[in-house]
Amino acid sequence: MNLTVKYLFLLTTSLVFAQAPGDWLHFQGNQQGHRYSALKQIDKTNIAKLKPAWTMQLDKTDKFEASPIARDGVLFVSEPPSDVTAVESRSGKVLWKYKRVLPDNVPFCCGKVNRGVAILGDLIFIGTLDAHLVALDAATGNVVWDVAVADYKKGYSSTVAPLIVKDKVIIGSAGGEFGVKGYIAAYEAKTGKEAWRLWTVPSEGDKATETWLGDSYKQGSATTWVTGSYDPELNTIYWGTGNPGPDWKGDKRAGDNLYSDSLLAIDADSGKMKWYFQFTPHDVHDWDATQVPVLVDEMWNGKMRKLVLFANRNAFYYVLDRTTGEYLLGKQYVRQTWAQPELDAKGRPTRLPNTFPTATGNTVYPNSPGATNFQAPSYSPLSKLHYVMTRDEGGVFYSGDDTYKEGSWYLAGRFVSKPGEEATGAIKAIEPKTGKSKWEYPMSAPSWSGVLSTAGGLVFAATADGDMIALDDTTGKLLWRYPMGGKAFANPISYVAADGKQHIAIACGHALFSFSVE
Amino acid sequence: MRFTILGLWFAVATFAQVQANSEGHKLYQFHCAFCHGKGDDGMAANLVTPNLVHAPTDSSLLNIIRNGIPGTDMPPALGMSEDEMVKLAGYVRSLGRTAPTSIAGNATKGKALYMGKGGCAGCHMVQGAGGRMGPDLTLIGAMRSPSNLRTSVVDPSASMVGGWTMVHVTLKTGTKVHGIRLNEDNFYISLRDGKGKMQTVAKADATKIDRDITKSSMPSYEKVFTSDEMTDLIAYLFSLRGAL
Repeated sequence: MNLTVKYLFLLTTSLVFAQAPGDWLHFQGNQQGHRYSALKQIDKTNIAKLKPAWTMQLDKTDKFEASPIARDGVLFVSEPPSDVTAVESRSGKVLWKYKRVLPDNVPFCCGKVNRGVAILGDLIFIGTLDAHLVALDAATGNVVWDVAVADYKKGYSSTVAPLIVKDKVIIGSAGGEFGVKGYIAAYEAKTGKEAWRLWTVPSEGDKATETWLGDSYKQGSATTWVTGSYDPELNTIYWGTGNPGPDWKGDKRAGDNLYSDSLLAIDADSGKMKWYFQFTPHDVHDWDATQVPVLVDEMWNGKMRKLVLFANRNAFYYVLDRTTGEYLLGKQYVRQTWAQPELDAKGRPTRLPNTFPTATGNTVYPNSPGATNFQAPSYSPLSKLHYVMTRDEGGVFYSGDDTYKEGSWYLAGRFVSKPGEEATGAIKAIEPKTGKSKWEYPMSAPSWSGVLSTAGGLVFAATADGDMIALDDTTGKLLWRYPMGGKAFANPISYVAADGKQHIAIACGHALFSFSVE
Repeated sequence: MRFTILGLWFAVATFAQVQANSEGHKLYQFHCAFCHGKGDDGMAANLVTPNLVHAPTDSSLLNIIRNGIPGTDMPPALGMSEDEMVKLAGYVRSLGRTAPTSIAGNATKGKALYMGKGGCAGCHMVQGAGGRMGPDLTLIGAMRSPSNLRTSVVDPSASMVGGWTMVHVTLKTGTKVHGIRLNEDNFYISLRDGKGKMQTVAKADATKIDRDITKSSMPSYEKVFTSDEMTDLIAYLFSLRGAL
């Protein structure tokens, strides 16, 4: 290629990239948590022609939970346990790999997993199982900086895809089954210097410690292992927190256990908490509120309001005012037997008697994995529907005795699926104004896949058994499917590749799949 | 590396004689007892057996303690040092060394009942011979305790294992197919009938699908056998430990 042609090629491609809405730059596509693509090359008229464009196989067998980032014709995807791969997004060809050598005995509750990377300028960011935050050069995969966010020997790890907010990288903690002290932390993207850290359980002297019996707050967990959202106008980060520790026996931590199972609104510059809303006070079923907060501006009772939508693991669907934290709506959206179906005026649940775990087992709906979990939801500004992957399953909850030991499991109980029943699930298209489903697409088994909606009027997700499906966004009708042949634990994205074609990509089994219309 | 492995093996072998109140026992109580009970009365696999199915060697047992068993409920044990894992493995092995290899009853008579009056071989295989409508029993004596075996025979629905759900499918053509469910997703259901024929049905072609989720297709044998016969049958089942 001579210089003129090369220059023209670069100019053309850079223009295409600059203009195309074809990048996927955040875990949820945007900072508002929508997992919505404005691309509409693939629509209801040509969906039947959607075909696999390429598949990239992993060389490992841990669960593949990552959601890729797409920029300028390259996908950046984390691989289990804490690796990163850059893939040319039209062909699926691997460009570079970063492989992290982990120490022995890194703590993890639920597989050696990672849910994705973040990108800002020339840098890619990954949180690792040994609780580091690492910045890589986007062109080479070389390590630019590597900082310890917490001490893995104490039970901390990181599995969350970081969120970029201005010049900072926001990262959450994992380790809620190890009695850690949860946090959300911000690091300067350029240098790796810690900018602020918000602890999600109170420290000594803090009034919120009164919501914990004795000094039980010290092992209070409330980890933050799913990516939050950001509102630039309010300069506020919204991030959900996980279960209080230990999971299944609450006697030793009597009280509401702030700020577990809550949504936190955080000033993006200072890291100070603006407000909190606790969904499940004194949780004893491991119902982390670590779902993605979805930020939308909509009319509410005749007035335009800034809202946050939250489909919670505890089987209730919430709408809050995201400026103030005011509770606006709470509605049961999946079968539950632990609380009165109506929340009180402030959105607090009224717990039913005899629903705590016991030594001999107590049956409650939903099961510990909840009504939804880390499956990323989607919100379409076209249909104004909130698409949520739900689970319907009862659990038998047992309480036990555990003594806290640093770096070790701290559970005080366990759960099993309710015997004699098979769990099911559904994609529910929820109308935020009512909390009711406009349509439901049933699943023979609950899926761990998230949901993507597009301007083509389509909703994409994977079934539990790895069928990639496309539904009509307004009716839920099945329009297309492709059997990927593995278990799905990841969330779909959409991007435009170097040939200008829209692709849909998802991790399934031990491979990354990318689909386009021939 | 090789020295390390040899060292671990030696330690496991040494601790294999240790029983109650040892450090291994305490670790077992803390990390394992919740699911495995005393070893043979928990919801998880029976450990009171000389031949652990997933851990035939000491190194494989250590590996399971360290990493869990992917795809099952067995998690990795964390917060344990290498030394503690070795002690725990030693304790688990010691459970099997004291396990009874024979129990009350006459296994030879039991085998005759299994083949004859019980008709068990119609549905179950032992070392490649028998039917296909129930679990293979070649190793059942190494995997289940005598009391578990008795429950399975007396009240099969109370001790169902995964993967043996009977399904009844009515097709649009009116044809009915029955069999053990091998696979099911949103679009297909696969089953194996009594003759061993495997077939996959598109759900779109079916008008009705019934699944026996809570009911075993095996009847109770409580009234088929006398008390002595039942004891003999259990003795036979307990003797089934494959070629080991």
